[in-house]
Amino acid sequence: MSIMQYNGGSVIAMVGKDCVAIASDLRLGSQAMGISSHFEKIFPMTDRVYVGLPGLATDVTTLHHQFRYRLNMYTIKEEREIEPETFAHLVSSTLYEKRFGPYFIEPVIAGLQKTASGDFKPYIAATDLIGCLNFAKDFVVAGTASDKLFGVAEGLWEPDLEPEDLFETIAQTLLNAVDRDAYSGWGAVVYVLTKDKVIKRELKGRMD
Amino acid sequence: MHAFAERFSTNGAAAELRRAKEILGEDDDVSDVMWGSSGGFGSLVNGVPKFAVPSVPDPTSFLRMHTDDHADPSCRIKIKHGTTTLAFRFKGGVIVAVDSRATAGSYVASGTVKKVIEINPYLLGTMAGGAADCQYWETYLGIQCRLHELRNRERISVAAASKYLSNLVYSYKGMGLSMGTMICGWDKTGPAIFYVDSDGTRLKGDLFSVGSGSTFAYGVLDQGYRWDLTDEEAQELGRRSIYAAGHRDAFSGNTINLYHVKEDGWKFIGNYDISEMHYNGPGGADGYGYDVRVQGRTSANPPPEAAAAQA
Repeated sequence: MSIMQYNGGSVIAMVGKDCVAIASDLRLGSQAMGISSHFEKIFPMTDRVYVGLPGLATDVTTLHHQFRYRLNMYTIKEEREIEPETFAHLVSSTLYEKRFGPYFIEPVIAGLQKTASGDFKPYIAATDLIGCLNFAKDFVVAGTASDKLFGVAEGLWEPDLEPEDLFETIAQTLLNAVDRDAYSGWGAVVYVLTKDKVIKRELKGRMD
Repeated sequence: MHAFAERFSTNGAAAELRRAKEILGEDDDVSDVMWGSSGGFGSLVNGVPKFAVPSVPDPTSFLRMHTDDHADPSCRIKIKHGTTTLAFRFKGGVIVAVDSRATAGSYVASGTVKKVIEINPYLLGTMAGGAADCQYWETYLGIQCRLHELRNRERISVAAASKYLSNLVYSYKGMGLSMGTMICGWDKTGPAIFYVDSDGTRLKGDLFSVGSGSTFAYGVLDQGYRWDLTDEEAQELGRRSIYAAGHRDAFSGNTINLYHVKEDGWKFIGNYDISEMHYNGPGGADGYGYDVRVQGRTSANPPPEAAAAQA
């Protein structure tokens, strides 16, 4: 079995109308055995940038700390908060540094990007484990249930969803996809980012 | 009935046996007397249904190279795996409980598999390993059990039925059959369970669990098992054990199927959703889940309102 599937877990991000959503399951396993149902894989980097880190659990923690450190250094030097697109490139170059001995993580980035006119534009991206960036206008997926997530998302997602509808879409996509994956599930968490607030909801999922 | 008349009658046991023979194409060089002898089952005089095998000098080693065998997990032909099944004997009969998930790799292929095979009204078989192998051979076992009844005018014992199956799978040893099954039933000797697997192992016992989630099920089963369990306690123990396995094991889950075998044959008790058991339990009042059970009991597990106020 691949080391990418050792602990299990999945993340998805979706674009809505002036909002984005990012969601993940809460399982931490040791191969087939479930260990924890409170393992969060999504971390706020700023108020407007969230990152999801599905993959090997030890690298989830390591990379979270690594990103937080580099982000603090950026904020101090630049004297401003990072934009999602800049953060995506920070993630990409951090991963490529370990080109020949990578972290076993496929990050998903979701945020609201400030435009020249001063309002916010939804931004989502995902990378592979050595930092190849993938921007998308609709949704990005990663983790052990990624193929199932793609299938359900292709069926449910539509453009210009309002925050509440986007929440319902991403929640149903995640919940139904992880029910078809043995290594993901055990509860879920959803973040919806709008220009003036972030909504976090923990979802009851199937516990088997 | 008169022996001569019996040979030509169109009803009764002898006639049914004659019809069965016609359908199965069984030839007459094995007399009924042989089956009724003290030798009993296990001789396989007639052999078993013939299957085409690869036309190479040593089909067994050829098949071992390419089919799913626990000696070589990286083989080409993959069969659906991952299961939790259990059966135990107690004062009130036999409890059989199984999950209903079928996985192919990490993909949950089905959540509604019937892993208890109803061989006849007094015999149940459980399914772990290759679904098709278990289904086919346990159905085939059902046919042979019926023929035994017709030949001998009495029901087959669980011991004989399980030995028939174990001898059968042993004749295919090394060719990729994959099954781990428990043959459960009630016969002259009372409740009985035999564990039979495709290696040819056959074990008599009071308590078995088979499959990827069996360790989790054993954990609950062992701490709750007593011979003098009441029927309700025993059914709850079976259900709770499969829940534990469905919860912890990635390859087990979805629903529980529960059976109870008593003197007058098996009875299907019910189908229970494992997530429903986690949150609400069988009665709809108390969930099996740890967080669900202990919520609000200690400061480490405060009720949601208190936790929200703290944060």
